[in-house]
Amino acid sequence: MPIQVKNLTHIYSEGMPYQTVALEDISFELADGSFVGIIGHTGSGKSTLIQHLNGLLKPKSGNILVDGLDITDPSVKLRDIRQTIGLVFQYPEYQLFEETVEKDIAFGPLNLGLSEEETAERVKEALELVGLSYEEIGQRSPFDLSGGQKRRVAIAGVIAMRPKVLILDEPTAGLDPKAHKDILRLIRTVHREERNTILLVSHNMGDIAAMTDKVLVMHKGRMVMEGTPREVFSKTEQLIVMGLELPPSSKFTESLKCRGIDLAGLPLTIEEAEREIAGWIGKQ
Amino acid sequence: MDSIISIEDLVFQYKRDDLMPEEPAVDHVNLQFRPGSFNAIIGRNGSGKSTLAKNINGLLVPTAGSVFVKGWDTTDPDKIWEIRQSAGMVFQNPDNQLVSSIVEDDVAFGPENLGIEPGEIRRRVDESLYAVKMYEERKKAPHLLSGGQKQRIAIAGVVAMRPDCIIFDEPTAMLDPNGRQEVMDIIQKLNGEGITIVLITHFMEEAAQADRVIIMDKGKVMLDGAPRDVFAKVEEIRSMDLDVPFAVDLADRLRRRGIPVPADMITDEEMVDFLCQYKSRT
Repeated sequence: MPIQVKNLTHIYSEGMPYQTVALEDISFELADGSFVGIIGHTGSGKSTLIQHLNGLLKPKSGNILVDGLDITDPSVKLRDIRQTIGLVFQYPEYQLFEETVEKDIAFGPLNLGLSEEETAERVKEALELVGLSYEEIGQRSPFDLSGGQKRRVAIAGVIAMRPKVLILDEPTAGLDPKAHKDILRLIRTVHREERNTILLVSHNMGDIAAMTDKVLVMHKGRMVMEGTPREVFSKTEQLIVMGLELPPSSKFTESLKCRGIDLAGLPLTIEEAEREIAGWIGKQ
Repeated sequence: MDSIISIEDLVFQYKRDDLMPEEPAVDHVNLQFRPGSFNAIIGRNGSGKSTLAKNINGLLVPTAGSVFVKGWDTTDPDKIWEIRQSAGMVFQNPDNQLVSSIVEDDVAFGPENLGIEPGEIRRRVDESLYAVKMYEERKKAPHLLSGGQKQRIAIAGVVAMRPDCIIFDEPTAMLDPNGRQEVMDIIQKLNGEGITIVLITHFMEEAAQADRVIIMDKGKVMLDGAPRDVFAKVEEIRSMDLDVPFAVDLADRLRRRGIPVPADMITDEEMVDFLCQYKSRT
């Protein structure tokens, strides 16, 4: 069930003095089961784009085809979109509201019209996927948990709806290094187990480089680049002009290049950088 | 006076009525901060960093032990305003720290509360806005600014109180890479002007910019020293669920492959220099 976005355009406050073109003629495709990253400067249109994918915003023009169904059509029920496309907002733990972890995660599935039994099963499964124990925290208040745990519960609430496409907006923002790694591991697990499509929005280029198989680059409301992480992060100058960072390994390789040392490959991760440098020095 | 802040055998315990007494959040900590120094505190969530910070300016008071700011005891109710004026705090979320609908009014809030006369407030507000490079935006509404700009306004509000010391509790955690850079530039600049900095952060590259890095775990100080000495202890740092800067990680990996990288490399530039020299020798 690929997603096709065709010529999407969105204008905020149209006809008002503050009119801004937030998205301009965006087209791309998400293949089934792919892991795609979206990068771009703050204000480049990333959030506006993902809010369209989830049906929260309707475009000025253009289409979004999910399984052949155009979700920009006003007659499409939001519930049907949500069942297919799950969106985890930035700081999703701010949206926890129920008395217990179990009730909070059950909210989405119950709203989809699932039975109590089916919901209970999904809650347990979702908690397990995010690495938390139902027995230990199912009946606790979500507000008593640590920051990292709260975020995992919030993500479980979306996973429990079993979306075919899971969109995560800055899922590691504000976490300590351990919780950061835990969340990335969780996303990988969910991708592997659910075989869903993942769309990851992040400013952390190291994570994007290490995890995704395709990167979309947004700049001033346009989609300006699309390719594998290697293709995208090799366009160093273009990224810098757009105010974007490089993954730490690529940044380091660039500094070596300035000193006349050109490593054959373009290391995207520290493991690759280590191998490249050792090879160059002649110590394998 | 040698230290601007003196923490002496500090213990802090949160009161929880429903549970058995827990481990203290801060457990027998001794630290001295010298005037004009730039100190970074790192540690996983729950390690006691923020609790320690709130003890410095009297938002929390010690369960046992003492904290002195410029010689004033933080438990002395007569001195609490002097203490808060001397040791200002900047928090993680800029939206929680802005109180006014116009940038310059927001910056004036602190000095107004100190009862300073209007002409002086005007001077201080302008000076503080220049210090954080936000003077041009002084008439704007804070909610229209970027995260990095909002955080700089929050910093200006503290600077307007003319503090000797500013404690930053994860000031860049909610910002994008540009916003983080803006805030780090301002922190460096304020330190250059003589303000003592205590920076709590999860970004190791930020901590590496300080003169001194303190690593906390389970309420205790585990490591304390110059960044190159502290980050040399890679294993110990990893055992506390923390990261090391990229260059330190790379150096550690190359050493395991038998490349003799010196122990005190912490920046990319140093690693590049080393690799160039090493290659030309072999």
